[in-house]
Amino acid sequence: MNRTRLQTVVMIGLAVALAVGAARSVPAAEADDPWPDLARDVFDGRPLADGTGLTAIEMPARAEDAAIVPVTLRATLPAGDTRVPKAFTLVIDENPAPVAATFKVGPGVTMISTRVRVNSYTNVHAVAELSDGKLYMVQTYVKASGGCSAPMAKNGDGDKANIGQMRFRQFARPTGAEPANGLREAQIMIRHPNNSGLQRDPVSLLYIPLYIVRDLRIWQGDQLLLEMDGGISISEDPNIRFSYMPNGAASFRAEAIDTEGHVFKGEWPAEPAM
Amino acid sequence: MGSDRQRRRLVQSSYGRLARVAVAIVIIALVGTATLTYSQDQAEPLRVVEVADGDYVHFGAIALMTAENEGAIANVGFVIGDDAVAVVDTGGSVREGRQLLAAIRHVTHKPIKYVINTHAHPDHVFGNAAFAPRAVFIGHVNLPRALAQRGPYYLDAFRRSMGGLLDEVKVVPPTLTVESEMRLDLGHRSLALKAWRAAHSDSDLTVLDETSGTLFAGDLVFLQHVPVLDGSIRGWLKTIDDLKAIGAKRVIPGHGPMAEWPAALAPEQGYLEHLASDCRDLIKRGVPLAAAAQTAGLSEKSLWQLFDDYNARNATAAYSELEWE
Ligand SMILES: [Zn+2]
Repeated sequence: MNRTRLQTVVMIGLAVALAVGAARSVPAAEADDPWPDLARDVFDGRPLADGTGLTAIEMPARAEDAAIVPVTLRATLPAGDTRVPKAFTLVIDENPAPVAATFKVGPGVTMISTRVRVNSYTNVHAVAELSDGKLYMVQTYVKASGGCSAPMAKNGDGDKANIGQMRFRQFARPTGAEPANGLREAQIMIRHPNNSGLQRDPVSLLYIPLYIVRDLRIWQGDQLLLEMDGGISISEDPNIRFSYMPNGAASFRAEAIDTEGHVFKGEWPAEPAM
Repeated sequence: MGSDRQRRRLVQSSYGRLARVAVAIVIIALVGTATLTYSQDQAEPLRVVEVADGDYVHFGAIALMTAENEGAIANVGFVIGDDAVAVVDTGGSVREGRQLLAAIRHVTHKPIKYVINTHAHPDHVFGNAAFAPRAVFIGHVNLPRALAQRGPYYLDAFRRSMGGLLDEVKVVPPTLTVESEMRLDLGHRSLALKAWRAAHSDSDLTVLDETSGTLFAGDLVFLQHVPVLDGSIRGWLKTIDDLKAIGAKRVIPGHGPMAEWPAALAPEQGYLEHLASDCRDLIKRGVPLAAAAQTAGLSEKSLWQLFDDYNARNATAAYSELEWE
């Protein structure tokens, strides 16, 4: 190869390297806004109305722990509005799989708190479907965690022996400023690594397969209160706290299915309000 | 090396054969440039203190990693035996690693046989490339997994605060791992390495210079810099009790000044115990995580630096672990 050709090839090579480098170095949140495309794909092109005053999303301005970022979705309908929420969808725009979860909700489920992974600086969208069949959207912005925090498991060995273990807790009254409206709160926890499928095995260099809780349902008696269709952004050991309207049933039941087809079940007696 | 192979696979799958040829040539070109840069840019030796006969330490700034401090926030050090040198952590950038190398060369010309990483955090491993590929890299048996899972994430995430310093950082995994204990002989200088359960992180390794009695504790010990929880609070508290049995004379914490042993454990033990008991109380009272993270551990605020940068994060991690008790 003569000198000129070598130089040419080196230049081409450098251009490729620079292009790759440049593409990689643009911080995700400053790249083009992915939301318009996401909104169209996730909601099949349905219109998204401004949800201000009807629905709300609460997240800390900065993700303190990238692997466990608390998020609360609420229906905040004004008094006299007879509509009720039917579903909430949580979208973390800059995460590798942006749709964190969709929750279908039953009577009194006007609040859902869970924990998610946040990979980078990102807009987060909450979309509520109300009983009028329309979609209402609100958004917030979260700065990624600093320091050595990472969205991966803190203890890679986890608690493998107890995968699928469930805990259910009932609280006396809802927290927050809501008036006494008869609602109560409960919390479901499931031991599960919820591996994102985006991490490489250090020996084989193959991706560790996706291993997450994909479907979780909770009943109060025979009434379906909550169904979560979960994605990889839900934190390890999925944890959901929600409000509900007590219906006098004697027990709560939960069933979860993970991506390997394991089914986990639990049942707990309803506790009287304190 | 793993990371090279990994990168090559990525490149192959995304750009095909033509790009592979181009990239191969670029690598040759870049290696040339790097050699050139290295010889031109003779690194200033890092300021090190001889804390005991044969043990040298650079005490990092109590700060977050930034471009200005070149990531030099962790304590890094080296031990010189009759035959060889062992490095304990390499710093938060290849630039810091090179300065550490220069500091070693300022003191001795014995071969650098081992580079020991006390865990996977960027401020302790981002300087590894300055010592590759000649040294034997040693770490906890979980370190390869931790680096593989977190390395690519850290390389992206720290670009925001470190900028171009990240360009030359490479994830260099250990070639020798410690499952429980290992002894290294540097020539009349014996190092005892011990791997721990998940505590500060899930790849914590301590290095005891048995000849001098200096314990390089990595981030299992914090002083002044608020402890950072990235493993297990219950594991860390148990580990603190076990650490007390180590017969060291002095400790080099991962962050903070040299101190007497085992008295140095008391402040962080107090912090972690307060944090744990606050979290247990908040969980019992049904206070949700988001609110709990704002209050747990607050009574310790006046005792620590960088408290506002890490406490809510520690509280979040502790709460979600202790919720399962
Ligand atoms: Zn650390």
